[in-house]
Amino acid sequence: MKNRDDRVPLDARGASRRRFLRGAAAAGASALAAGPASALSFDLEAFFQKHFREMSQEDIEALQTRLERKYESRYGKPFNVASTGPIDGVVYGYGLDIGRCIGCRRCVYACVEENNQSRDPEIHWIRVLEFEREHALRGIDLEEGNPYYDHEKVPAEGKFYVPIACQMCEDSPCTDVCPTGATWEEPDGIVVIDYDWCIGCRYCIASCPYGARHFNWGEPQIPADEVNPDTHVLGNRPRPRGVVEKCTFCIQRVRNGRYPACVEACPVGARKFGNLLDPNSEIRYLLANKRTFVLKAELRTQPKFFYFYG
Amino acid sequence: MSPLVQFWRFVKGSLAVVTQGSRGYFAWVVLLLAVIAVGVWAYANQIQYGLITTNMRDQLSWGFYIGNFAFLVGIAAAAVVVVIPAYVYRWGPIREVVLLGELVAVAAIIMCILFVTVDVGRPERIWHMMPLLGAPNFPHSLLVWDILVLTSYFVINYFIVTYLVYMAYRGRKYNAAFILPIIFLSIPLAISIHTVTAFLFMGLKARPFWNSALLAPRFLASAFCSGPALLVIVFQILRRVRPIEISDAALRKLGELLAYTMAANLFFLGCEVFREFYSASAHVIHAEFQWWGLEEGHGIAGYTWFALVSQVIAFVIFVVPELRNRLPILSVGCVLAFAGVYIEKGLGLLLPGMTPDVIGEVYHYNPSLNEILIGAGVWGVGALLFTLMAKVSSAISTGEFRYQPIEGSYGRW
Repeated sequence: MKNRDDRVPLDARGASRRRFLRGAAAAGASALAAGPASALSFDLEAFFQKHFREMSQEDIEALQTRLERKYESRYGKPFNVASTGPIDGVVYGYGLDIGRCIGCRRCVYACVEENNQSRDPEIHWIRVLEFEREHALRGIDLEEGNPYYDHEKVPAEGKFYVPIACQMCEDSPCTDVCPTGATWEEPDGIVVIDYDWCIGCRYCIASCPYGARHFNWGEPQIPADEVNPDTHVLGNRPRPRGVVEKCTFCIQRVRNGRYPACVEACPVGARKFGNLLDPNSEIRYLLANKRTFVLKAELRTQPKFFYFYG
Repeated sequence: MSPLVQFWRFVKGSLAVVTQGSRGYFAWVVLLLAVIAVGVWAYANQIQYGLITTNMRDQLSWGFYIGNFAFLVGIAAAAVVVVIPAYVYRWGPIREVVLLGELVAVAAIIMCILFVTVDVGRPERIWHMMPLLGAPNFPHSLLVWDILVLTSYFVINYFIVTYLVYMAYRGRKYNAAFILPIIFLSIPLAISIHTVTAFLFMGLKARPFWNSALLAPRFLASAFCSGPALLVIVFQILRRVRPIEISDAALRKLGELLAYTMAANLFFLGCEVFREFYSASAHVIHAEFQWWGLEEGHGIAGYTWFALVSQVIAFVIFVVPELRNRLPILSVGCVLAFAGVYIEKGLGLLLPGMTPDVIGEVYHYNPSLNEILIGAGVWGVGALLFTLMAKVSSAISTGEFRYQPIEGSYGRW
């Protein structure tokens, strides 16, 4: 990506101040002594929390501090909950070479670890669908995919693979149907969810043509030694039960100029990522020079996730 | 005495009415309270462990609750089926049952709201979708529209029944110039609650089975079957247990009405089936799941056929005057119509729409016991509300509960 080093993440500016606030809050909490009263006031604070987009910078910092304290006490290690904002002039695009994908699911598990998906009940933001190679001639009909293939070795004879996750639609049905506006598209094209505003009605799951959205049916479980403490408030921070979650293109990484975890994990280089607004980016090269397509193009959701034959 | 004080006496009197009654009445109320208690216990379970206590999963994210919701919106809307002929066409015999029809509507809306509430993962955040308090995604989200029209419909109907009942209690004739415009307003609102509920599903391009323009007309047609069918049954029970006047003529009129609505309902169903199977695009897989099942020994095909057969039999009963004019046979038709629509517009609509899911997975859903108990509790709340409201209104129409100028003597009931 372009201008990789010029960017100052929003978070860097607020970090020292927040650390100070956190210390002050911790001192205050110990002065009050943990009791039913403080537990109650803590819950009320969460209950009356505003919609993320209506929060002031102070509100966001207070939220980050509160979340960090909560996760630190739950998982017993320091946490960073960033709120890094979008970068001007950047809209993310994803490219996936279905000619190269071997169906190894390394992306799936890298994603689970990076993004703190629940291990029990199991949630996978990426699902890899297996298709019969002969079907490829008729195009990809998602209704014929199998996400549960289990072979000794991949790729299996006569099969091909299509990993699928959030397609970051430009015209996203999920954000339209959400009754509380708890999910929206950020200026850099990432569709995010405010986990503290979502009411868990699952209308977005019904509306998503790609099965990208996942609900926390039970209390999400992440072993403390596996939890990733480097998080984003709209991304991979541990989620509460009863809300919807999905791929965010690793918002905690990409807004700091890094690749999504799945791109790094892919052993065959099938996954490409970059800035759609930068004419010199790899993703723009792929769009200009490869045979690309999007899933369910007839629905006009305008995904920013492109598949191509390398 | 100020009107407020008088109304307060009415409320107190109503409470006295519902706490007295026959042994059968108390047995019924206690039974309903027990069902509600079990439902509350099951809901506490769900609150404690999350919606994992249901059998819904990501592949099938709406199930028993939303199925019941869609069905009950129809029952609520169907109150207008008796209002329209009674007030617009001045059909004499049906007029006396309008009030009871509206009571059914009020109870049904409460059940609708409860079914949506038990379905959400974070019920304590429901206020996030309310105007002023939260951030409702209006006008984009059809769910916000649905809550708006349901709330308006509830307020209007509740006002109408309270006004009519209170006027009867005071022994006065209702002010037609005042209440009729409000009753007329409830007619388009009734149509709108069901249309908006249909739009909630219809607007989803990800779900081709629902993405059909016929869904809203079908919703209305089936609602106008299940609603009057329920009323015919309820009215016959009511006039057996309470000394209130509901003429056979009114019931037969409803039976006649059902002949038209069931004809429309079956016609629409035929249109959908034709389109699905004749064109047989990739999307026909949902209809195949609905009518034949996708894997041996699973699925809902048995229910689908049962719903079709019972609605066809009901249609024959409604359309042949010699059959529908015999009340026991009419009642059989009504039970069949109600059961048929409950299946067709409950899980019969939900499951094929989401099976297979958007990436082709077939998940066989059956509601969990906990889900069924919560659902039963909600139905218990609706039945109890209707029972109590019908008790008060029937005590008024029989003259047992009347406004008395002297405090403390309400007569016997």
